[in-house]
Amino acid sequence: MTTTAAIAAANPADTARRRLHARRKHTNVIALTLALLAMAFGIFWLVWILIETVRLGLGGMNLALFTEMTPPPQADTGGLANAIFGSLVMVTTATLLGTPIGILAGIYLSEYGQRGWLGSATRFINDILLSAPSIVIGLFIYAVVVARTKTFSGWAGVLALALIVIPVVIRTTENMLSLIPNALREAAYALGTPKWRVVVTVTLRAARAGVITGILLAFARIAGETAPLLFTALSNQFWTSDMGQPMASLPVTIFKFAMSPYENWQKLAWAGVFLITLGVLILNIVARTFFRNRS
Amino acid sequence: MSATFPAAPILPGESKIRADMNGRPPASRRVSPWADALFSALAHGAAWLTLALLAAILVSLVVGAAPAIQAYGLSFLWTSEWDPVQNRYGGLVMIYGTLMTSFIALLIAVPVSFGIALFLTELSPLWLKRPLGTAIELLAAVPSIVYGMWGLLVFSPILSRFVQQPLQSVFKGVPLLGSLFSGPPVGIGLLSAGIILAIMIIPFIASVMRDVFDVTPPMLKESAYALGSTTWEVVWKVVLPYTKTGVVGGVMLGLGRAIGETMAVTFVIGNFNQLNSLSLFDAANSITSALANEFGEAAPGLHQASLIYLGLVLFLITFVVLSISKILLQQLKKREGQVA
Repeated sequence: MTTTAAIAAANPADTARRRLHARRKHTNVIALTLALLAMAFGIFWLVWILIETVRLGLGGMNLALFTEMTPPPQADTGGLANAIFGSLVMVTTATLLGTPIGILAGIYLSEYGQRGWLGSATRFINDILLSAPSIVIGLFIYAVVVARTKTFSGWAGVLALALIVIPVVIRTTENMLSLIPNALREAAYALGTPKWRVVVTVTLRAARAGVITGILLAFARIAGETAPLLFTALSNQFWTSDMGQPMASLPVTIFKFAMSPYENWQKLAWAGVFLITLGVLILNIVARTFFRNRS
Repeated sequence: MSATFPAAPILPGESKIRADMNGRPPASRRVSPWADALFSALAHGAAWLTLALLAAILVSLVVGAAPAIQAYGLSFLWTSEWDPVQNRYGGLVMIYGTLMTSFIALLIAVPVSFGIALFLTELSPLWLKRPLGTAIELLAAVPSIVYGMWGLLVFSPILSRFVQQPLQSVFKGVPLLGSLFSGPPVGIGLLSAGIILAIMIIPFIASVMRDVFDVTPPMLKESAYALGSTTWEVVWKVVLPYTKTGVVGGVMLGLGRAIGETMAVTFVIGNFNQLNSLSLFDAANSITSALANEFGEAAPGLHQASLIYLGLVLFLITFVVLSISKILLQQLKKREGQVA
């Protein structure tokens, strides 16, 4: 070994090559370490946010949270019952409203509009709507609904949320339907089945798990949306099941309470954040495992 | 099945006999043609609805902003005055805030996302790939209001104590840098908004990068490895050049998200219309946070119209950015089709 090293050292070209090799190896090690750190950096934030949410939110968990209305500032009691109820009602209605449209448009993209300008235009626009700022959706609904009816209402909130559901469902439905092998469709056509039955009873049925995953993800997405509700559903201090009235929702209540200087409001806000994070993450994990097991 | 057919004589042209033989008419007759037409019309209608939605959003924003557009024209974009009392409006402060926070976010998020994608595609052991990928995607699922509240009540104080105050004491009196870090020591402003936006868009950029890195033909990578390349050289000189349109597309997607993000920014940016100092730690404002804070209370008229004008500007910027992203990602897909 020492002799080869000595020979190598004697040869200047060889030392240069060795130095180059060492440098390349160093660069590699440094780059890969940085990649590892970047990964740790990403996970770090997730863990930190989750820990703080649990730490600060768990203290506010009690029965009153689900049974009492949002309190005035500096009160001793109070909960989030009206906000939780409002969120559940609006998010569920919006999902029910947006899903059929989303699935139909997804069917169009995958079964009717593979080629042609309407298909590609819809696909393009949909991808933009998917990432469009949700506060603009709120402005839109304000202009077409709230400004006309002259009142903030639960229905306006539902419409704004439904407009966010549609692109999410379209995207997943199209993706899932296009995974279904064509042989399945052809077999059904060969039996003389009309197109709508092929789509409903064969293609859509085969892609069921994926489509349901998409709906769950859309539900989770709008459950945490605040911006589109700010000037559509507004908020409400009291319990209401009248969708024609301003309606409280969990995210808007959290926003109002968190920005306030009152301690009891902030505590409720943390409890609300805990509830929402827990719900959204569970929905996401359920959707993913459900999809993985079925497909 | 086939054995029963020849039993009865089938006369050509007499379908009635065939129907009788089965006991019921052929299946195709049972469905009236209108069902198919109706279904097709519904599907087409839903697709048209999506297109109409975009047009309706644009039209309603333009109509809503019309008074402000008439009053200020394009000079709205570079006027910094925003004074509801004297009813004079200009959007420069908010537009600057939006662009600056998004720029800071990209500065942090792009290298980190690249590292994450590199780790997930080249380094991670197989059993870790899925859990780590899911964890990063969950970061995107956390609602923005959670980021906002966490940012305001947990992160900002820490940023102020461990970053802002040391920086202020180090650069005190230094002309340019000193003013960059000035401001009350509460940790809210452009920098903390930018950092929180970065955390929020990392999952979007990272997952696009991971996906496009995965489509690099293995043969290209293996050839480079066989020539003695290190992992870094393979990624930097083979994978990255091959996927660069997709990578830029992913970055644009993240930028679009950052520009349109509302709640997280509203919590930590400070919501104060000023452009007197360039400090990263002074309270500022962005388009989205101005809308979130002021729109509910704005009187109908010029104030509301100006806010809608801001919304229109926001929508147009994101539209352009997201279109670029989409086109770049489509190009990569097309090329992938040619290679395969």
